[in-house]
Amino acid sequence: MTTTQVRIVTALEGVAHQFVQPRDGMTTLEVARLDLHEVCKRLKERAGFETNTFVTAVDHYPATPRFEMSYQFLSYANNDRVRVHTRLSEEEPRVATITDLWPGTSFSERECYDMFGILFEGHPDLRRLLMPQEYEHFPLRKDFPHQGIEPDKLYRTWDKQRRKDWNAAT
Amino acid sequence: MGSLTPVEGAGELGFLATRADFLINWGRKNSLWPMPLGLSCCGIELMAMIGPKFDLARFGAEAARFSPRQCDLLVVAGTLTWKMATAVRTIYDQMPDPKWVIAMGVCSSSGGMYDSYAVVQGVDSILPVDIYVPGCPPRPDAVIDAIIKLQQKIAREDPVGRILHGPPDTPDTGTGNVVFQPNQGVHKSVNDRHAHDPESHPSETTP
Repeated sequence: MTTTQVRIVTALEGVAHQFVQPRDGMTTLEVARLDLHEVCKRLKERAGFETNTFVTAVDHYPATPRFEMSYQFLSYANNDRVRVHTRLSEEEPRVATITDLWPGTSFSERECYDMFGILFEGHPDLRRLLMPQEYEHFPLRKDFPHQGIEPDKLYRTWDKQRRKDWNAAT
Repeated sequence: MGSLTPVEGAGELGFLATRADFLINWGRKNSLWPMPLGLSCCGIELMAMIGPKFDLARFGAEAARFSPRQCDLLVVAGTLTWKMATAVRTIYDQMPDPKWVIAMGVCSSSGGMYDSYAVVQGVDSILPVDIYVPGCPPRPDAVIDAIIKLQQKIAREDPVGRILHGPPDTPDTGTGNVVFQPNQGVHKSVNDRHAHDPESHPSETTP
């Protein structure tokens, strides 16, 4: 066990977790979906990981459970990083938000919702970040065709309304 | 086409005899006011073209204005996304007639390498385009060539007929072909499929 792992195990006493071996060799934890917020809180308060590097998701379609959330944290004082993984099912892609611990993750979680449709419970403002608000699909899901499903739909709706308004005004 | 010829024997009055079409076109083509719509890296080349090294002022088109009300040449320089398309169409509609459009670079001409759900596959899907410029991004020389070709195109126009008979009956949107059937004409091979599209790997089963 490395010193990082010792610190994490001490901090996570009483919470079920499991170390996994990713290919890049980084310290990586696998935790249950409902434990995620507690794990992040303890990593921040007891293990000294004061910075969140990213929040993102991976779509393992067609495997089940389908989504894998990936959080990475950085400790400046100890100069080490840890990654936390949790799996979400397609039927219930919900996970607790960590914006109450790191307010800066708000945009990461909004992007994650925008691209994968992950619902962050307790997020103060869960809107789409990049795609238009009325967009109906989640583009980074693996069953989404890369040329899109009716990519011009919102523009055509706007164009039709614009011409209607123009004809009504003149 | 016509010319600006001094009238012989007019003395010191300095008459010129010409056709109205020629005079109007001559004025229009030598005072294009571009609306620089730099959407991505092509915008940098567009700035270089307007700047002193390539000097678009030689062609009378250096007066770039950032208000569409003052412009008659829309240069769509860069990748146009569907989210931006409404803004570009609004800018085009706000420009006073007569107006011309240059699609600068492969992204605005055909979508380029962005064969994607987010990118318009050619601005001619939403606008009528006069000149297409290939290149990623095109060199300023290529865009200057497009300006010269546009000037030749303007010189062939019929402004007096437009005043007398109204504008020609052409659609003010693009062809629309690309929009409704994205890249249907392009041959598809197995390699063109999305790498993670499960249908492209039918032999693999769910683990």
